[in-house]
Amino acid sequence: MTTTTETPTTVRTRQTAAGKKPPRRQREGAAWVFLSPWVLGAAVLTLLPMAVSLYLSFTDYDLFNPPQWVGLRNYTQMFTEDPRYWRSVVATLTYVVIAVPLQLGLALVVALALKSMRRGRAFYRSAFYAPSLLGASMSIALVWRAIFNDGGTVDNLLGTGGWVNQPGWALFAVALLTVWQFGAPMVIFLAGLQQIPGELYEAAAVDGASRWRQFLSITVPMLSPVIFFNLVLQTIQAFQVFTPAFAISAGKGGPADSTLFYTLYLYDRGFVASHMGYASAMAWVLLLVIGAVTAVLFRTSRSWVFYASEGDR
Amino acid sequence: MTTSTAATPAVRKPIAWRRVALHTGCLAALLVMLYPLAWLLATSVKPADEVIASLNLLPSSLEWSNYSTALEGVNEVSVWRLLGNSLFIAGGAVIGNVLSCSLAAYAFARLRFRFRGPLFAFMIATIMLPHHAVLIPQYIIFNQLGMVNTYWPLILPKFLATEAFFVFLIVQFMRGLPRELEEAARIDGAGPFRSFFSVILPLTRPALITTAIFTFIWTWNDFFTQLIYLFSPEKFTLTLALRQFVDASSQSAFGPMFAMSVIALLPIVLFFLAFQRFLVEGMANSGIKG
Repeated sequence: MTTTTETPTTVRTRQTAAGKKPPRRQREGAAWVFLSPWVLGAAVLTLLPMAVSLYLSFTDYDLFNPPQWVGLRNYTQMFTEDPRYWRSVVATLTYVVIAVPLQLGLALVVALALKSMRRGRAFYRSAFYAPSLLGASMSIALVWRAIFNDGGTVDNLLGTGGWVNQPGWALFAVALLTVWQFGAPMVIFLAGLQQIPGELYEAAAVDGASRWRQFLSITVPMLSPVIFFNLVLQTIQAFQVFTPAFAISAGKGGPADSTLFYTLYLYDRGFVASHMGYASAMAWVLLLVIGAVTAVLFRTSRSWVFYASEGDR
Repeated sequence: MTTSTAATPAVRKPIAWRRVALHTGCLAALLVMLYPLAWLLATSVKPADEVIASLNLLPSSLEWSNYSTALEGVNEVSVWRLLGNSLFIAGGAVIGNVLSCSLAAYAFARLRFRFRGPLFAFMIATIMLPHHAVLIPQYIIFNQLGMVNTYWPLILPKFLATEAFFVFLIVQFMRGLPRELEEAARIDGAGPFRSFFSVILPLTRPALITTAIFTFIWTWNDFFTQLIYLFSPEKFTLTLALRQFVDASSQSAFGPMFAMSVIALLPIVLFFLAFQRFLVEGMANSGIKG
């Protein structure tokens, strides 16, 4: 990190030494050629769809007949007349609030354990990471449904009956699937921990700081950018979980709408019931909520995220 | 990264029991985590009556016929066809992402152009954009183009660098390459295209491999997009075929269903075993440099 600060000056002198820079316009042209696929994608597959769905959210549209302008009706119906909508909001928020902290907490604990390990760290790191790659698959979602079903492993061990058939527990089974995939944030935590200079701990140990004290005063502040990164990323991802809820409830969001995640209800409204206008309104509310949550996370981050190398780049 | 870890331990001698406890804890956690996978493997060879009724993880006898039933596939479409379809989509996505994302990344990392700052910020913002916000109009667009129930909606977006996460990943990697390389190439008379293809791209290989592997796995696991775009059984992927089992929950189908689940997971497991270093390092770097 310290070495990179010298390079800009050396580069600049070399640039002038080279002297043969092609004219500015020509270089601009080259840049746009490189960018063209991305620009096309951003325009046609991101910006245009966002604009279109904003328009559609004020219409009644079933894919076959032309959209009918209905003003704010989709939104008022959503907020005031649709109990399933609110159940999907509650299910999603409950899930995010349960799954993300559990997952990140476990990831941090395991990363701390692996950091102080000298042998076998690489092995455990890979082994714990593997579920993050498998967990999003339909195969694992089906395994989850069977393990947490009546007569499945969890029922046999705890005698509670299958979780996936009980409104209070089905959501927790899905949350555990997310926790199971703690490997990805763990790997990021571990890399962050290894970047903390060892001298900080040595100095603290000389001053007589306990391990807990060192954790609070060195590890947490030095790791806070990484914690923040993981928190934002996992929260956004958690809002969009679809496959496990679909598998566990056979696409219905049951029992009693307890796993009717926002995305599942959006799919149901848009693609099963063909209410594309209503689904567009739902998508825009999701977009605004995720935007707001991210903004709040960024806003609060100023008070707890510590950037040691501020202005480094 | 390596120097900081080597510097710490010299001061104090680690206590043996702490290390034992650490390893025991990690091993126990590993066993719990591996249980679902062991369960899947065991169930895929269990006779029908043991799948739910028996508490034993291990089957009393190996029922390989589960696999032969699974190979027959669903809706008269064999597993080989389904596997081929999945591979085609994932392969197309990999080529598209590697190509389009590296092109865009090179422009963002190395070239000067107007609005670079705002465009880069916009690109980063789209990483956080929920997929579902653009899904419905995208569907409508592809529907208008007559592309629903084809593979175009699944592959074409990858050729347009829509997965900004990978653009960002490659940008970060390219920023770490010494600029002197291109200076030298330019003095030798190479334009931006020559120096991209013959100097930068070969050096970016680790990031490209990471992009390729993650694209493959994410596309392979993808369910939502395939669910809305594909509806002819002969175009189904393994994931969509497995979905058929979600609706049909009769217990006799359990063995073949999990045999097919194993088949569907196999490519990911193989990829993981072959490329685990790239995957783990790629994931680790995504958070640190950001």
